[in-house]
Amino acid sequence: MIDVIINSASATLIGAGSIFILIGALGLVRLPDFYTRMHAAGVTDTLGAELLLLGMMLQAGLSLVTLKLMLISLFIFFTSPTSTHAVANAARVMGLRPMSGSKDILTSNENT
Amino acid sequence: MLIAATTALLIAMVLTLFRAIAGPSLFDRVLSANSFGTKIVLLIGLLGFLTGRPDFLDIALLYALVNFVGTIAILKFFRYRNLGLSSDEIASREDTQ
Repeated sequence: MIDVIINSASATLIGAGSIFILIGALGLVRLPDFYTRMHAAGVTDTLGAELLLLGMMLQAGLSLVTLKLMLISLFIFFTSPTSTHAVANAARVMGLRPMSGSKDILTSNENT
Repeated sequence: MLIAATTALLIAMVLTLFRAIAGPSLFDRVLSANSFGTKIVLLIGLLGFLTGRPDFLDIALLYALVNFVGTIAILKFFRYRNLGLSSDEIASREDTQ
């Protein structure tokens, strides 16, 4: 009985994680601007990765494998926001401007 | 479910690779390389579970480390054109800029 519960919970988590990863990858291709694409990458790195690792943890049971998965999960949890921040900071310092939403500003930029 | 997740991950990796090749700016490429690294970590874990040998997770952990250091190194190189700068040299370059 408890096996069924754990297996279905793990399957749900892994399924949700892969859906989030697909959404993130789709956003990475479809979104129009670097700063908006960062949101899509964030979805992959946080929700997708953590849900997948959590599902694998449930599947592994209590063992050394779970500990390793926890370490990977903790590491991704800390480094992914750091590297995203570093990329955004570097882009801003090197002068990449965010795309403006207003149509007037876009046309006035084209004119100048 | 593991097979479905692996398939989804492979599709996502193809899409990420497309952005890494087509990305108009350098930062798009760095971002998608970073994202690709995360996906590789997950793929190694999933493949370990799929083949019944979860020992690959050590490699996945190492890959996560290399991915983070690689991203920071690329960004540092393209900002200062030098990887061996100390913090004092970086501070003096910041002053001159």
